[in-house]
Amino acid sequence: MSEPHIETPEELDRSDARPVDQAAPTGGPDLTTPTVGDPDLLLEVDHVTLRFGGVVALNDVSFSLRKGEIFGLIGPNGAGKTTCFNAMTGVYQPTEGAIRFQGESIVGKKKHEITRGGIARTFQNVRLFPEMTALENVMVGADAHHKTSVLSALFRLPRFWQEEKSGRARSMELLRFVGIAHRAGDVSRNLSYGEQRRLEIARALATNPTLLCLDEPAAGFNPAEKVDLLALIRRIRDTGVTVLLIEHDMRLVMGVTDRIVVLEFGKKIAEGTPAEVRDNPAVIAAYLGVPTDAA
Amino acid sequence: MSDTAVAPSKEKTSFRGNGGVRGWFGRQPTWVRAIVTVVALVLAILLPYAGDVPLIGPQIVTQGIDWPSSLFNMSYYVLLALGLNVVVGYAGLLDLGYVGFFAIGAYGTALLTSRDSLLYAHSGWSWLAAAPVALAITMAAGLILGWPTLRLRGDYLAIVTLGFAEIIRIVATSTPNFLRGDRGFTNIPHPPGQGSDGKPIFGVTDATPYFWLGLGVIVVVILGVRNLDRSRVGRSWLAIREDEEAAEIMGVRTTRFKLWAFAIGAFIGGLGGVLFAGEQGFINSQTFVLQFSILVLAGVVMGGSGNMAGAILGGALISYIPDRLRGISDPFFHTDLYEYRFAIFGVVIIVIMVLRPQGLIPSRRRAMELKDREKEVAPQ
Repeated sequence: MSEPHIETPEELDRSDARPVDQAAPTGGPDLTTPTVGDPDLLLEVDHVTLRFGGVVALNDVSFSLRKGEIFGLIGPNGAGKTTCFNAMTGVYQPTEGAIRFQGESIVGKKKHEITRGGIARTFQNVRLFPEMTALENVMVGADAHHKTSVLSALFRLPRFWQEEKSGRARSMELLRFVGIAHRAGDVSRNLSYGEQRRLEIARALATNPTLLCLDEPAAGFNPAEKVDLLALIRRIRDTGVTVLLIEHDMRLVMGVTDRIVVLEFGKKIAEGTPAEVRDNPAVIAAYLGVPTDAA
Repeated sequence: MSDTAVAPSKEKTSFRGNGGVRGWFGRQPTWVRAIVTVVALVLAILLPYAGDVPLIGPQIVTQGIDWPSSLFNMSYYVLLALGLNVVVGYAGLLDLGYVGFFAIGAYGTALLTSRDSLLYAHSGWSWLAAAPVALAITMAAGLILGWPTLRLRGDYLAIVTLGFAEIIRIVATSTPNFLRGDRGFTNIPHPPGQGSDGKPIFGVTDATPYFWLGLGVIVVVILGVRNLDRSRVGRSWLAIREDEEAAEIMGVRTTRFKLWAFAIGAFIGGLGGVLFAGEQGFINSQTFVLQFSILVLAGVVMGGSGNMAGAILGGALISYIPDRLRGISDPFFHTDLYEYRFAIFGVVIIVIMVLRPQGLIPSRRRAMELKDREKEVAPQ
């Protein structure tokens, strides 16, 4: 049986991407699931079920994220990956179960509170503020931790100057980090698709997250752009940010993640390192459409 | 298009607009901008004497209404347009009942100052003392309207705000003792101050001082709104307008900033009402008809939503055009053209919207958006 992930193409050879069958990137990291009490435990999705009327979008899903890892959330279309993201960022409330971030429940918290608490995200369909410049977009993210009130903005009090200056400097730095500093003054709707995706990442990073959730960041990218994105995701992790990645492209996921959870029809069907997941018959069946009993 | 050659300096300067008159203005050194601003301000102050300018002057000034009064009308329409621009243009909250705040500002002043007021025995305040209280009441009304409507957007919000303005007008009509309906409030005091000849500065014969007062208030409002726009507050408003959910997920406190937009918009509208009551000396429920709200909204959209220069121009035009038509008789029926003001006004708006859908002075962003749409329709 052919493997579900795509064969190593030539662009992988000339890139800095790690071949799929090699070990995880960092020198001997802990690849086991962190449990309650583990100091490395960052996010815990605990038996989460989410129903929309009769539709069960997530069915008793549990997994947990370790600080500093790149974690993949994969699965076929409609598996519930984005729903899972939405539950983690306060867009949806789980019907049952708990989500804990750094030991604290985030169920029922407001979206902006969760963001300020350290979870940032991007969107599957780019959702920038199209008529604001690239720099302004990132500054909105940086404003998440600012305290400039209407009065201090109105009367230009010291806090305004201080936060405006530092916020702008940090936003420019992030635009440079993702490689689109030259477009800072351009209205974001005029940016190319790839630039918009990068801008979304910069905007999310500006909220100073502990955990960055990327929802299919490589959608619509060509192979060369994907290679650049892989490098960017690694650089983000190297700054100490934990990354949760939803992705369709198996090669990209296998190349960059430390651990993976696979969803299908709202259920978790596999969890483990990329190598483990790749060889899991249930995953192969889910991706190739082979009936489970035949696999 | 980005120009890589200027990239290093662009990082600093390109925060706001690039093209057009404002782009030019933004690139000038501070002293040029200061001179241009001062000249514009001096010209605005001299507007009451525009009729004395040879040739052009007589064409500009109104005929059926004295020119300073018309200028004062313009000043409070401009204030209303500036306030509505915060709510509609920046925060993207479609408010069709904006006249409600104008009414509350005016009624607040009247209740506290007029001899006809039930409260007169306790209050009987001067105009200046009543103004801050009336403004506080208006801001509170903004919050009262804003709070329950926070979840609404677009059409639904428009309907609720429409109802808000109508409720205020109907309450005014149906409370003969409190808000006094058609009879209204008389003897609302004028703003204070005496000239060197001992006569009050703000009299009943000449509206020029009122225009200058209005102009002063407008300048202060422009500076205030500009400061808000170029800050976390303005960015939050725009983010809410562009994509409210994404804004909240990026950490914007949407509830708080929407309420601020309502409160600040209400405050500015209330300022207009306070000024209006102080100049007219009389208000009744007929003053605050729904057409008023629609007219101001038309002004904001016509001038260029989301942009202060556009709101100012739009606000001035919606007041100036009907006033200019007064006292001119049409060649067929020899009636006053003022009677046709809404028809003429409608034609003007349609023409502007056909020729310049982004508004007379569009916000840079809005112009960009429309240009993009054109490209989508006819690529290259």
